[in-house]
Amino acid sequence: MTTDFIYDLSIKHAPDAGGHFEANGTLFGGRFAAETLMQPLQEIEQAFTDAWADPEFHAERLDLLKNYVGRATPLYHAKHLTAEVGGAQIYLKREDLNHTGAHKVNNTIGQALLARRMGKKKVIAETGAGQHGVATATVAAMFNMQCDIYMGREDIRRQAPNVFRMKLLGANVVPVDSGTATLKDAVNEALRVWVANCEDTYYIFGTAAGPHPFPLMVRQFHTVIGQEARAQCLEQAGKLPDVAVACVGGGSNAIGLLHPLQDDDIRLVAVEAAGHGLESGEHAAALAKGKPGIIHGSLSYLLEDEEGQIQGTHSISAGLDYPGVGPELAAMMEAGRLELDSATDDDALQAFQVLTKAEGIIPALESSHALAAGMRIAANMQPNQIVLINLSGRGDKDLNTVMDKLGFQDDTQGVST
Amino acid sequence: MSRLPEVFKRCKSEKRAALIGYLTAGDPDVNTSKDLLLTLAKQVDILEIGMPFSDPAADGPVIQAASERALASGTHISDVFKLAQTVREANPDIGIVLMGYANTPFVLGFDNFSKQAVSAGVDAVLLVDIPPEEGYLCDPIFKQYGLDRILLLSPTSTDERIKLANKHASGFIYYVSLNGITGANIGEMTSIRQKVDNIRTHTDLPVCVGFGVKTPQQASEVAEFSDGVVVGSHFVGQIPAHARESQNMTTAINHAAQAMKMAIQA
Repeated sequence: MTTDFIYDLSIKHAPDAGGHFEANGTLFGGRFAAETLMQPLQEIEQAFTDAWADPEFHAERLDLLKNYVGRATPLYHAKHLTAEVGGAQIYLKREDLNHTGAHKVNNTIGQALLARRMGKKKVIAETGAGQHGVATATVAAMFNMQCDIYMGREDIRRQAPNVFRMKLLGANVVPVDSGTATLKDAVNEALRVWVANCEDTYYIFGTAAGPHPFPLMVRQFHTVIGQEARAQCLEQAGKLPDVAVACVGGGSNAIGLLHPLQDDDIRLVAVEAAGHGLESGEHAAALAKGKPGIIHGSLSYLLEDEEGQIQGTHSISAGLDYPGVGPELAAMMEAGRLELDSATDDDALQAFQVLTKAEGIIPALESSHALAAGMRIAANMQPNQIVLINLSGRGDKDLNTVMDKLGFQDDTQGVST
Repeated sequence: MSRLPEVFKRCKSEKRAALIGYLTAGDPDVNTSKDLLLTLAKQVDILEIGMPFSDPAADGPVIQAASERALASGTHISDVFKLAQTVREANPDIGIVLMGYANTPFVLGFDNFSKQAVSAGVDAVLLVDIPPEEGYLCDPIFKQYGLDRILLLSPTSTDERIKLANKHASGFIYYVSLNGITGANIGEMTSIRQKVDNIRTHTDLPVCVGFGVKTPQQASEVAEFSDGVVVGSHFVGQIPAHARESQNMTTAINHAAQAMKMAIQA
């Protein structure tokens, strides 16, 4: 039996009272919501503040994270991958080993506990890759809550295994056909449904974006990632990493890893989905290629045209296929604390295969973006340095996509013995 | 200067509520939209012109589809201002409100947006996703240009929020009759009336009611206790219903608006 990990429960780098993260005179974040949602959002904020100050809330949350989710997740020194890349030591934070296969459950456990405290019997959520949907459906099953998951029709097609998982878990998966039928439209639809049902329904927002208090709250629930990784790295390597790398769609795994590291002398790297290339116009790199805008309740970087219409995005990974990004990451970038990097679809596919063969770990396509950039960064560093990469999820859900792309042929068929 | 105070004064002297009609600019295309807006403008006291947006998260299917039609047919924000100006030139006395989402003026720049709005003859702006708390972005600039800032209140608005809205709003208060999106079914009339009465204890601004007013009967009931009745989805819905023939569209909107107008004056 291992000793329990001791988490720091203080709230560091809090936004202002209105949920704004200030950088260079711009107030990122905030609460750009319809009037009907203002009171429900204030109630969630109050419930979160009360819960966070309540030792019983944390006792139950941390017990579930340990015994239900399997935290602390390991930090793995990927020696074979390191040897193959040649350069800095690569350490992987194994969020893929969480129950449900990704970091998302850290947040859904926290918010479901909050929903229960608030007396809500029903939860709704949006999902892109389906990981947040699965994580929400999972906790809804455990807490015996009714659960509706909004998912773009295009994503339902791309992520069939996760759709089936959600249904098995008892959730109702509602296809969204409006707009581009992807994650951003699923958020719009979930917001519409929430407005009409805010009295008995809790909206479990899936990333560190949206109206205040979601960016703060989702971050706090995910800082377990960075807190553990920091301590584990010190313990295993005797020092902190030189670079920490995470993929960014909305940015929940990135803020979870990077937030607890920002006061250390560590390079923090956010890897966005470059799709077919940053210059192709077909990507999801909101920080690199977007500009400030307002969508889904907060002010942040956004892929939009010159009249503020939100642009369609492209990424091989549905979880990164989102035109916005969490406001705190935007503020960190604006303040110069965050380095930007990106990986194309092809880079991610390549990294996916490299890790699988080198270490016997099949990463999610989202995480493969972080791997691709992390390996590139490590290759240009010294062996006595450390690159920490957040392996935010496992790749089982992506096997169909990868099979498609690699033209997989089942050559075990028809072979006579 | 905003014409809204004059509009409400006029309606009051005629002992009736104002009729406020909404259409999305550029729906189904800029040219047809011009005819439709000009037609509706003749029947209403205040015209709300929707600025099409790619992600209208506060709108129901009818107005979402309107935004999609407008954008698909190539409507730009410059067209929205031009349409407003055309309506203004033909209707010197009505109120004109631009309605939409924060990102449109934010990306354009609130100063630039306000300048163009005022020069097109717009009186007020309603941005559904800029609550009083985020008004720092637009309030000082709208004030400087003399544009009224319409704020929404809803069944979930507490007394504290009603007071906050009163502090930041001008022109009128737009009471959303239900917890929901545009075009849903109207809430229960008694509770709407109670809430409107409650709002009146906190504000001297006219209180108008919208979201879900679809029949002349409903309009007439709402008109009894409010200063204005907002009709949106019901007018917008005439466009796809008469998609084959734009002449029929104009006629349908004209008839629908006349029916609402009569209901309010009765």
